[in-house]
Order: sequence, then C-alpha cells, then structure tokens
Amino acid sequence: MAKKKRMKDLTLLERIYLPEIAKGMALTFQNMFRPSFTMEYPEVKFEPPASYRGRPVLALEENGEERCVACGLCSRVCPALAIEVQAAETEREKERYPEKFEINMLRCIFCGFCEEVCPEEAIIMSKDYELAFSNREDAVYGKDKLLTPVSVLKDRIEFLRQYK
Amino acid sequence: MPKITIDNKELEFKPGQTIIQVAKDNGIEIPHFCWHPSLSVSGNCRVCLVEVEKMPKLVIACATIAADGMVVHTQSEKTISARNAVMEFILINHPLDCPICDEAGECKLQDYAYQHSVGESRFTETKQHKDKRVELGPHVMFDGERCISCSRCIRFCDEVAGENQLTFVKRGDKVTIVTFPGKQLDNPYSLNVTDICPVGALTNRDFRFKSRVWDMSSTKTICSGCSRGCNTDMWVRSNEVLRLTPRYNDNVNSYWMCDNGRLNTFKFVNEDSRVNGPHLRRDGKLTKVGWDEVFASAVSELKSFNKDEVAFIGSAYSTLEDNFLFAKFAKSVFGSKNFDFPRVTVPGSGDNILITEDKRPNSLGAELVGMSGNGMNFNQIIKGLIDGKIKALYVVDENLIELNPELEANIAKLDLLIVHASNFNTLTNYANIVFPSATYAEKNGTWINIEGRIQRLKPAVATFEADRSLDGMAMSRLDKFGTEYDRWGKVRKVDARSTWKIIVGLANAFGTKYKYTMAEEVFSDISKSIDEFKDLNYDSIGEFGTQLKFKKQIVKV
Repeated sequence: MAKKKRMKDLTLLERIYLPEIAKGMALTFQNMFRPSFTMEYPEVKFEPPASYRGRPVLALEENGEERCVACGLCSRVCPALAIEVQAAETEREKERYPEKFEINMLRCIFCGFCEEVCPEEAIIMSKDYELAFSNREDAVYGKDKLLTPVSVLKDRIEFLRQYK
Repeated sequence: MPKITIDNKELEFKPGQTIIQVAKDNGIEIPHFCWHPSLSVSGNCRVCLVEVEKMPKLVIACATIAADGMVVHTQSEKTISARNAVMEFILINHPLDCPICDEAGECKLQDYAYQHSVGESRFTETKQHKDKRVELGPHVMFDGERCISCSRCIRFCDEVAGENQLTFVKRGDKVTIVTFPGKQLDNPYSLNVTDICPVGALTNRDFRFKSRVWDMSSTKTICSGCSRGCNTDMWVRSNEVLRLTPRYNDNVNSYWMCDNGRLNTFKFVNEDSRVNGPHLRRDGKLTKVGWDEVFASAVSELKSFNKDEVAFIGSAYSTLEDNFLFAKFAKSVFGSKNFDFPRVTVPGSGDNILITEDKRPNSLGAELVGMSGNGMNFNQIIKGLIDGKIKALYVVDENLIELNPELEANIAKLDLLIVHASNFNTLTNYANIVFPSATYAEKNGTWINIEGRIQRLKPAVATFEADRSLDGMAMSRLDKFGTEYDRWGKVRKVDARSTWKIIVGLANAFGTKYKYTMAEEVFSDISKSIDEFKDLNYDSIGEFGTQLKFKKQIVKV
C-alpha cells in the first residue's frame, strides 16, 4: 500500500506536545476552584426534588389507616405488570381494602402511571431510590415495605395537586 | 311484513315488537337500563328515549310498539341531548365509588357514563344517603346508594323466579328496594339479580371483592349441577375458578341459572384435597407413583381376577367420550359384561323453571354411548358386592359411599378397588389404586342434557399436562404476560387426566393399542359408531349445542 501523504506535517511545537499538555493542566487547575457537582455517596445522600419518581409506596394516614381501597387500577394500568392486588372486605366505611399488595421491583419501570391513575391518592412515587436485592424473592415488596406515613410524602402530594 | 326505518335503515319486523326489540334484532344498540329482553317492560329509566318523526315528544323505545312506516332516529341531536340529560339525572345520587364497587368493568352505568355524559357533575348539593351493605338474602348483598331503581330485580323475582320477595319503598329520590316484611331474597334463583342489576347495587356475596372482572379469563362451558345443562361462563384467575355466570342460550336456560349450580359446582376444583398424580396403596398408605407404574400395576391386579368377579361403574358426571371408552374397555379389552352407572335422582327436587330431579349432567349421554352393559346392572352389582360375588370394583368419578353410606363395610372387604377421583374422599380411603381424574372444568368433552341436547365442555383450568396458549384455552392478561417468576404465574396445576385418556393408557398396558390423543378423536369414533351422533363433530355442535334426534326410545332417567 502506498504511503498516505499527510495534508500538513506537524510543526515542531505540535510534535513535542508540551504546550498542549500545559493547556490541559491549566483547564484542570481552573476547575479546582469551581463548585463541585459530585456527592460523596453514601456518606452524603441525594435529596431529590418533588418531581422525582422513586419507588412507589402506599400512603398511610396519621390515624394508622391505609388509603388504598384495592380498586386494582394501578395493577391494570401498570405497563410492566409489576403490581398485584388482592382485595378483601373490611368494616370501615370504604368497604374494601388490600389484603395483599405486592410490587415486584424487578418489573417496576418507575413510569408513575399507578400514581396518576390512583383515585384515592394512595399510591405515591416516593423519593426512595436505594433499591438493591440479592435475590428475586426480596425484590417483591409487600405491604410491610410499602406502607409509608403521609407526612413523609407531603412534598410529592403537593406537587401532584399542582397538576391536577 | 311491516317496515320501520331506524337510523335510515329500513327494517322488517313482526307486529307487536317494540322499537328496542326491532333495533336489537338488527344489531342497533339503544341504551337501556330497566329493559331486559326476558322481563316485562317497566319503562322507568328513560335512557332509551328516541326521536320518532311526527311524534310531538321523544318516546321510550322499550315501550313504544313499532308501527309500519315509523321513522326512528337514535343518534339525532335531540335524542343524544335527552340521553345526556337522563344520564345526568341518574348520576345525581349515584355515589362515585367505582373503585370500591365490584361491578366496575361490567357496569352498564359506567359504560353509558363514558358514552353519554359530560364527565362533570353540576350537582353541588349533598347526595342522598341510603342503607349500604344490606344482606337481602343468604347470597345477595344490596347497596341502596348505588341503586338506580330500574326494578329489574323486582320483576325477575315476580316473573321468572315466581316468588314476590322484593319491592320498592318510599318515593322520589328516597326510593329504595327492600324485601317484604318477614321475607328474604332466598329463592333458588336469587343470584340472577346480581347479573341483571345494571349497576353494583346487588352483588354476589360469595364473589364479593375476590377479583376484578378484567383480571379473569372466561370460558364457555356447561353447569354440572343437574341434567338441565345450563350454559355458563367459567371465570378463572391464576388457574383458580372464582365464579360461574349464566350464558344466554334460548333453547336451554335463557339468561338464568340456579344458585346451587352457581355456588356449589366449582369449589372442589380449587380444593387442596385434589388428587395430584396417580396413587398406589403401599403398606396401607396411598403413595404417589408414576403413570407407567400405576398402569402396569392396575393391569396385573385386574388380570388376577376372574371376569365375573369384576364390575365396572361409570358415571353420568363423566363426558360422553369418557363413558364411551370406559364401556369399550370393560367390554372388549377386559371382556366383562358387568358395567353400569348409578342414576342419581332426587324426587321432588325439580321445579318448572330450570332445576331437574336428575342430579347428574350426562345421564342421557351415558345411556346413549352404552355405559350400561348387558350383564349385571347397577343394583345387581351392588347386590353382588354385598353378597361377596363381586371381588374387584373399578369406579369412575362416583363416590359410592356418599351415595349409600351402608356400603362402606362391603367396600372395605373388596380385594381390589380402583378409583378415578378428582378429590380424595371416603371412597379413596379404601382404594388400592387411585387415578387422578380431571374435573369437568379441566377437560374437553360433551354432555347430553335432559332434553337430548348435546353441549360442549371446554377446559377453563389447566392441568399439569395442559398449556393455556398451545391448547387454545382462554387466557387472562396475567396468563398472557406472566412468567414462572411472577407470583401470579406460580399457579397450581394438578397432574390429572380425563378418564378417556387414563383408559387409553390402561388399554395400551393391557396390550390393546388405542390410538386416541384428543377427546375429539374419541368423539369422531362415537359419531361413526352410534346413529344418534351421525355427522356430528365439535365444530358442528357449536357453543350453543345441538338437539339430537333419537332413532330409538331412550329410557328417561
């Protein structure tokens, strides 16, 4: 193969690369005085804004009652079929409650449709993003992991109401 | 024939028909709540208002008799605005509790609210509060707030069930439904009111909150409660039967079914007592074994008896295919004449509506395919059992001890008892060999009802060998998209087979090669060998069944 001729040969300065290295170092040096964007996770934790969609949770009223009436709309709308609800009867005025409520976090895609469709404002996208499991069974969150006091979810509920 | 024009279509009709009937017969849907094709006209919901040319006001389609030359508009501006107004009135006092309500998904009010209302309520006053969770009877729960006072349930009790149990009380927006003093909604057909209720006011207490309707699959099948053979839909979620509802068949059950059939004929399918896999008695205990082993063992056991010492008992619960092959096996493979099946009738239990005295769904069918041989009949077999002449018994799908508890001691003395059973019961306690029998919810087959109508059974629940998708079974959303790693995908599948399939295995172990692989092939053999079934196949029977023409007189059971 014939030797390809360069468009333009490099000058001496370019060939020794030193000025370029100095330029790069200068840029790096400059950045040392800028505010930092990174966090020292997990020592420092990221506090997401209200618009953030973390893992979905179930709201628990202050009097200890769950809001969910097990209508099954979240389960129906879920594009990933992550939610399974089994309803049962209760003595409360809203006569229906979830006997079983499970979200398979391996299936969940954090789209927030469940939150949008919920007629009772019961399923809410929390700010929790720390999801790690070592086996499939642990990834299925039952009511024990899902029920969260309303006070913790205040931000998100206010955010949602703005857009109703 | 007189002609009427509905929505610019000229339609012929029979004199005396109402506008809504003519429209329905021709596939034009006019919204309605209180009108039901099998009940009298009450005309109180007003949602079927239509515009008829040359009439001063809109008229209700359900109570207006069609006349020659009448011109009806069901989609005109006037009709639609009237319909929207009626919907707004009906929704005034209707609570917004669809999320809690079981009817959601199959609710007429919900459907029409989408189609014919503005979506927002202008009503700002407080809604009427009425009694909720009223137990109208042993099976039906009533919610007064949801009721739209269409009176279908009242008319059903009066006209179809023939018992006046429900009535309206109070007036205007306070009107509600109660039972007459001292009465309950306890007629044998009471649960039909939950089907015809256009809203969620009347709900089935047995099914309440069990599942959303859109999470279940439904399979067109037949009720096994008696020999009427009511057409039903079987609703299944996660391979578990959750409810039965009647399916319209004008020749059998119209829109109805009885409470006994609806509530008591499917629960055993879900029970833990199901026989899962073939069982052999070893050291006094039934032990689960493989199919090949159980066939070999059954053959060697059966061969050790004299042909007169063995009797075969079939069942009118089994399908035509099951009985046909079982009889064929007893006759030509084993060479016995002693085979018959018990007739289980409860005199006085029938009525003039649907319930029959014959408590088996396929007595006529078992008779027709020759389940009774020319040797001993059922009573003689039982007598032989008591006398000790019968030493070995092969029983399919019947619990002889439940039929006659006095037989228990005699059955315990048998040298060999082979049983096909779906659930462990008092008879399997004495069995040497138990074959797991697929229930009527798990197999393909046919039954013949008391009037000689042949009807199809379809599998709604998957057995171990079945695959919903490959076998063309009904599938719910969860069945379609679930995997074995999902909780709902981990369903119980019982290792059970239809009787005909077990017989094929047994005959092959005897050395007679039966080549059937599907129920349909057994049926095609039936249609070739028995005159009444000539030219019939599963497709020609169809989803509403076919009336058989009898060439010889069949003893009615």
